[in-house]
Amino acid sequence: MKQVSVKDITKKVRDLCISAACDLEPDVASAIRSALDKEESVLGKEVLSQIVENFEIAGREHLPMCQDTGISVFFVEIGREVLLDGSLEDAINEGVRQGYKEGYLRKSVCHPLKRVNTGDNTPAIIHTSIVEGGKVKIKIAPKGAGSENMSRLKMLKPAEGVEGIKAFVVETVKDAGGNPCPPIVLGVGIGGSFEKCAILAKKALLRPIGTQNPDSDLNSLEQELLGKINDLGIGPMGFGGRTTALAVHIEASPCHIASLPVAVNIQCHAGRHKEIEI
Amino acid sequence: MTEAIRISAPLDDAAIEKLRAGDRVLISGVMYTARDAAHKRLIELLNAGKELPLDLKGQIIYYVGPTPEKPGEVIGSAGPTTSGRMDAYTPRLIELGLKGMVGKGARNKEVRDSIIAHKAVYMAAVGGAAALIRRSIKKAEIIAYEDLGPEAIRRLEVVDFPAIVVNDVYGGDLFLQGVEKFRRVS
Repeated sequence: MKQVSVKDITKKVRDLCISAACDLEPDVASAIRSALDKEESVLGKEVLSQIVENFEIAGREHLPMCQDTGISVFFVEIGREVLLDGSLEDAINEGVRQGYKEGYLRKSVCHPLKRVNTGDNTPAIIHTSIVEGGKVKIKIAPKGAGSENMSRLKMLKPAEGVEGIKAFVVETVKDAGGNPCPPIVLGVGIGGSFEKCAILAKKALLRPIGTQNPDSDLNSLEQELLGKINDLGIGPMGFGGRTTALAVHIEASPCHIASLPVAVNIQCHAGRHKEIEI
Repeated sequence: MTEAIRISAPLDDAAIEKLRAGDRVLISGVMYTARDAAHKRLIELLNAGKELPLDLKGQIIYYVGPTPEKPGEVIGSAGPTTSGRMDAYTPRLIELGLKGMVGKGARNKEVRDSIIAHKAVYMAAVGGAAALIRRSIKKAEIIAYEDLGPEAIRRLEVVDFPAIVVNDVYGGDLFLQGVEKFRRVS
């Protein structure tokens, strides 16, 4: 058994919340820079250069790159040899509480009907899984509402097949237009059940941009969808241009013989994600 | 690229008439912040026949909920939020003299029609460019609804705040015109 202290988890989560808000991961930064090189639209170039300048300022001055510092989403992998000395959920929420307060991040979580702010950005959304080994891996993906609100889930008929999936994904991006702050990253979950495909879509967003999907069929579907989406002409912030999406990432899972669930989770250009291992 | 047009806020009709969809502008002067919760309260006041906490005549509303400022600083990161969520409230405020809106994303038909009918303008700032935009905000003061935290109404003094005209008084719409130019599919 390997003992892991929940106090340590809280401290690490606190730091992750702050660094995720201020320091853009290199995979996203380099995808945006290369989009700037290729963009043909004059306004699109202007938008992309403001985005680059913005994340450079944010990193240098330790400022949140976006004022929407998001709802805190976590994927936690717990090694089966790990023994925790307290509640994992409490430890993560305490880390969020400290990070959002001490990092001067915006508290953006409220009661769904009364709309009263919880005041500390909790509760966090926590997905856990038990894996081999003796480590705890914590991935954080703070999620802003601009792009989250444009996300969709649909239970397709199996007869609609791959063509139906493509049409749904492209239509979702088209209807979203400039709202989700393009250039976007698309996480697509195919299969599973109603809730499983949504989690797959979210998980797909955490894959670093520029990495290949290990499944060759899904890899070519990703490339085909990326081409179709960029042909829409929506462009940076929806002002028209060649760069609507930086990447499409797909995760798939077997589903019921009568179902074809598809979820499309949209991520804005501030694709914030960080991970650590304890 | 053509030079950005400098405009001062509050706005007058002559300045608004010069703006066309796609123009880059640099705004200097006063803007007020308001987003979902503040808009809801403003409309509730109007419905109750009460006076608003600010005079909207000629003013620009910036849809933003900034991050908390660090001690000694003017404001935290302050980029635009999605304007469409304010569509239900906006025509009523334009009727009261509101002249400009700054946010991101498209407006509905009622707002676009109201912009034409009452000579107003909708501009977009770059979503997510919150640390960059923050630099153009020189002063910020909460004037109403402090209890709303990031959603409180703030009076901002800005210098060269960068935005792009989306909907002008002539019915121009950057989202339609821009995408048309680059679309490769029907």
